[in-house]
Amino acid sequence: MRNPFVMDCGEFHVNYKQDLAIWKITRVRMRVFILLAVFAVFPMFASDYIIGLATLCGIAAIGAIGLNILTGFTGQISIGVGAFLGVGGYTSAILTAKLGLSFWIAMPTAGIVTAIVGGLFGLPSLRLKGLYLAIATLAAQVIILFVISRWDALTGGTAGMVLSRPELGSFVFYSERSYYYLMFVVLVITAIFTLNLFRSRVGRAFIAVRDRDVAAEVMGIDLFKYKVLAFIVSSFFVGIAGALLGHYTMVVSPELYSITVSIEYLAIILVGGLGSVFGSIYGAVFITLLPVVLRSGVELMSGVFPDLSAVLIGMKEVVFGLVIILFLIYEPQGLAKIWKNIKDYFKLWPFSY
Amino acid sequence: MTFFLQMLVTGIVVGCVYALVALGFVLIYKSSDAINFAQGEFLLIGTYVCLTLITAYNIPFIAALLIALIFSAVLGFVIERIVLRPFIGEPVISMIMATIGLSSVLAGIVHIIWGHETRVFPKIFSEQPVNLGEIVIAPVYLWSLLIVVVMLVIFTLFFKYSKLGIAMRATADDQQAAMSMGISVKMIFAVAWAIAAIVSAVGGILLGNINGVNASLSAIGLKVLPVAILGGLDSIPGAIIGGLIIGILESLTGGYLDPLVGGGLKEVMPFVILVFILMFKPYGLFGKKEIERV
Repeated sequence: MRNPFVMDCGEFHVNYKQDLAIWKITRVRMRVFILLAVFAVFPMFASDYIIGLATLCGIAAIGAIGLNILTGFTGQISIGVGAFLGVGGYTSAILTAKLGLSFWIAMPTAGIVTAIVGGLFGLPSLRLKGLYLAIATLAAQVIILFVISRWDALTGGTAGMVLSRPELGSFVFYSERSYYYLMFVVLVITAIFTLNLFRSRVGRAFIAVRDRDVAAEVMGIDLFKYKVLAFIVSSFFVGIAGALLGHYTMVVSPELYSITVSIEYLAIILVGGLGSVFGSIYGAVFITLLPVVLRSGVELMSGVFPDLSAVLIGMKEVVFGLVIILFLIYEPQGLAKIWKNIKDYFKLWPFSY
Repeated sequence: MTFFLQMLVTGIVVGCVYALVALGFVLIYKSSDAINFAQGEFLLIGTYVCLTLITAYNIPFIAALLIALIFSAVLGFVIERIVLRPFIGEPVISMIMATIGLSSVLAGIVHIIWGHETRVFPKIFSEQPVNLGEIVIAPVYLWSLLIVVVMLVIFTLFFKYSKLGIAMRATADDQQAAMSMGISVKMIFAVAWAIAAIVSAVGGILLGNINGVNASLSAIGLKVLPVAILGGLDSIPGAIIGGLIIGILESLTGGYLDPLVGGGLKEVMPFVILVFILMFKPYGLFGKKEIERV
């Protein structure tokens, strides 16, 4: 019987199958299954409020994984995620409310429609890089939002649209708990797909494009194809997240998809860790819970400083900005790296040399 | 025809303000390769400081303007030193996110101190409209135009003849060469941020006099992007011409196309133009084309 607190100090593979595994060590695999089990069971014991927050975190994580495929793994900065979420949400809203289709058709369709729109706005990425591309996606954000808020006949204009919760047979996902499980399944599928994507040729090509696109082209990677593909895959997941969010809050309207949302998603992948699937999830939890924690903090302090709640909105912005700047300065690789550092520390503990 | 001219004049005035703010934006990009998404918040803070000095402390406009400009310059200095210095040479996304984070912090501070409601400047310029042939212009527009032109001339002369201006151009051209000639590149970056804050404050104060002051004024910070891209991100004359073009097109769109679609197109127009520029001429009218080698 080995001491359970002793960590493996290295990976010693004897065949290719072991080397290609996502979780290479039995212990790590066990940990993942235990974590999954914890997250699958915890709604049984938590209150509706907590489950609701967890659902929002999970939906943000799906969108963030999508954005991370584009920005973290392929290096194409996008400031238009908010609008792409909107495209997903509105597509699902139109398909279910106006055409009467089922949610189970509408959600994948929302993903596909968003993927097409994303691919369309990804077309300039061949000629534009870095800053210029970021600005082009910003233009996409403004233009898409304008179309959404003006196309009254289809989208209900600035008033927005009302959605219903999805149904499966006679079962309606009305309770917080059931919707949590729906989100959970989608999140797990998204995470596993993305982890696997980066073990394939396409994923490796994305990473090569990020590291140095000219060099990647010299090595035979079709830049145009893979850049647009990155936009398409990324937007697909963002669209799915948009549809899930729309059916969860049961309302879509243009101001829910403003540029602030785009910035929030960028902050998620930045705080979580660029180019890390689990980082996207950590970041989503962090950024989604930040205002909640802040609000309860202010409520606690309101006895001492009664004026504090009046400046809550301003404070949220200040804290949000500070979090971004401090992470960028002190840990640019985000929470994923912090977690890895902790694990590495304990790998050799107590003899760290 | 009168309507067209009226729209044209409005466009030119607004375009001049855009040009001024874009000047600061381009200056930062030119000297330190940083895109400043916090330009709109610089504008907001400068405007609010000036407004508060006038309304709360009864300081005359010119004195308040000068104090606000000095305050902006110091703010630019401090921000460059504390926030931006660690990001020199970092990847583009770090730089973008750092200035986005900065803009969030500044916007939050403005909300905490000044709140959300729209405020108006006390009337500084006379209200008597000026008739130029058939078109009628409010004096505040003429004054704005005059101030912007004066500022632009001052900056052109500054870059052309002053020692600091020449040092700034040298740094923009080649940082290493400038450094070996004894120019303090750090100092130049700080000055660039200070100037950017000053010109934004002036732009904000002029717009505030025209439209009133509230937090939405910082939207100019985003509208500067199409202006700078149209002119070429690293070209100062480009910023001025780009500002005028975008201002005029925006105003004409507002006059002629907005009634057709029910409003709002005016705000989107610069970004539509932006997409076309990026598609066909990504380095703008006067921008320097980058050559990349493996």
